[in-house]
Amino acid sequence: MQRFAIQDKIFVSLAQLFAFIVFALLFGILVSLIIGSLPSIHKFGFGFITGTAWDPVTEKFGGLVPIVGTLVTSFIALLIGVPISFGIALFLTELSPNWLKRPLGIAIELLAGIPSIIYGMWGLFVFAPFFGDHIEQWLIDNLGNLPVIGFLFQGAPMGIGVLTASLILAIMVIPFIASVMRDVFEIVPPMLKESAYGLGATTWEVVRYIVLPYTRIGVVGGIMLGLGRALGETMAVTFVIGNSHDISTSLLMPGNTISSALANEFTEAVGKMYTSALIELGLILFFITFVVLAISKILLLQLRKQEGNKD
Amino acid sequence: MSIKNLVTHTLLAALMLSAGVASAGEMTGAGSTFAYPIYAKWAEAYKASSGVSLNYQSIGSGGGIKQIENNTVNFGASDMPLKPEVLKQNGLMQFPTVIGGVVPVVNVPGVQAGKLHLNGKVLSDIYMGKVITWNSPEIEALNRGMHLPSTHITVVHRSDGSGTTFIFASYLSKVSPEWAKKVGVDTSIPWPAGVGGKGNEGVASFVQRIKGSIGYVEYAYAKQNKMAYVLMQNREGQYVPPFAANIQAAAAGTDWSKIPDFYEMLTNEPGKMSWPITGATFILMHTTQNHPENGKIVLKFFDWGFNKGGKLAEDLDYVPLPKSVTDLIEKDWSEKIHDASGKAIW
Repeated sequence: MQRFAIQDKIFVSLAQLFAFIVFALLFGILVSLIIGSLPSIHKFGFGFITGTAWDPVTEKFGGLVPIVGTLVTSFIALLIGVPISFGIALFLTELSPNWLKRPLGIAIELLAGIPSIIYGMWGLFVFAPFFGDHIEQWLIDNLGNLPVIGFLFQGAPMGIGVLTASLILAIMVIPFIASVMRDVFEIVPPMLKESAYGLGATTWEVVRYIVLPYTRIGVVGGIMLGLGRALGETMAVTFVIGNSHDISTSLLMPGNTISSALANEFTEAVGKMYTSALIELGLILFFITFVVLAISKILLLQLRKQEGNKD
Repeated sequence: MSIKNLVTHTLLAALMLSAGVASAGEMTGAGSTFAYPIYAKWAEAYKASSGVSLNYQSIGSGGGIKQIENNTVNFGASDMPLKPEVLKQNGLMQFPTVIGGVVPVVNVPGVQAGKLHLNGKVLSDIYMGKVITWNSPEIEALNRGMHLPSTHITVVHRSDGSGTTFIFASYLSKVSPEWAKKVGVDTSIPWPAGVGGKGNEGVASFVQRIKGSIGYVEYAYAKQNKMAYVLMQNREGQYVPPFAANIQAAAAGTDWSKIPDFYEMLTNEPGKMSWPITGATFILMHTTQNHPENGKIVLKFFDWGFNKGGKLAEDLDYVPLPKSVTDLIEKDWSEKIHDASGKAIW
């Protein structure tokens, strides 16, 4: 009897120890990022976030271009990825014939498992040439002169740039979001759905009023998972975004993201200030990810509160 | 002596022997990715003849400089020479090992390899974003009688920090005061225009893919991929192709004996044959060797490379240093590198 008690105690404290390693790691990374970026914070202050200069020769650094690039590419990736993932998950759970469900599901999981460098190389050698020759030219000719959105589609059809990177990112986040959505859609009790169908609801009405309200926490979680991947994605973006420290209103022009700037420049960064500026970019990415997670948690809490009110 | 004793003694002896070999038979280095293939090739051949092996981490020139400053390796390797005062501050010395060329390559419809003529001024204006179409008067003036399209010029550069960029920028700032003032020279620089590709292969694939583009890659890379190189006008006004002989001519035209610490960029060198965008890659070592036997191993290795490794370098499309230069380097070794008591080790 006593032996079991001791075993139990050891097990509990071991599990606790492992759990606290997560805190220790997180804290350690944060502290070392802050220490590493101190020289840069000291020299550039708040101007680092609003500055667009990136000059390793005179050691003047501002992170606005990669920060904006990170946010814009992730935003467009979600804009494209979320509706498509929703469609995929919906088809899989509500509409697909049974024989198709399994192969489709496996295909999505396989897509999620492809290393990002493969997406990058495919993007550079296959997608970018096709996109540049056939689609970008069309976008420039047909949308480039429109009044409100025209400025987004100007420039030369190079095939690489912010839009290409966003599309590759969208392709990369779709399997993540879609498989989470499918999993949560599947846990909706059939009784609820059947009752709705019995009342004469259409498929869309069932999804809109039964499935989505029941699963919205999981859906938001899936989107956040995708956003997390999009924000931090490095290799695939580095290959196709064009890596230029210029800010441009056109989505067809080259840009930069935080993680691709780090991947490109860290190994050859000579000098304290250069390294420190790059580490500060890392710190900002850490902060952005943290804020995104926090917002999603708050959103979920709000949703739960509303549910309480309804009852 | 019992059998057990015998076994113990043999084991001990073997242990001591292997430990001895390990400390005398390995050198460590870190840095330049550009020079990694040749150091690896030299090390492989050198090991076969001497038993000494090299543990080289190709972590990039910046990393190599940091590692040697922290004294975690026997030598650091950098594509960018350090300024004499920086060397002095850190108690280091440097010497070149092999030379390479940087080659502008283009993708212009109707223009084949070795047909387009450019000079430093126009090349820098293109990279400044001032000359923006292929049929602009500045380019046509250098290429009379050639039909050039009105295609927009897309400038392609390296997105990662690189010795190749350093050599290229050093050339542009020698030929264009405006470049020197506005952009400067470093392994990564604030590009006024264009798109960035990662590594030589990134630049090459962008150039091959984007019509009307111009980029710059290492000589070896341009040659092996049969890219459309341009003819550059050198300091003597001659238009030369980027071949091994022209790159070697640039090194031969330099009077190294007058340059302290070999701090020289080899760009825009005199000589009718000289390819103007040429650079060396460098080794960094501490002037005071606390373990002189380790320092000596490294020097012996590079001595072997200078005397016997020329063919291997040429096979990999690097250009070996002329004998006159390697003699100067070895003289520098005996003057600068010493043990803790101040005694020269070479």
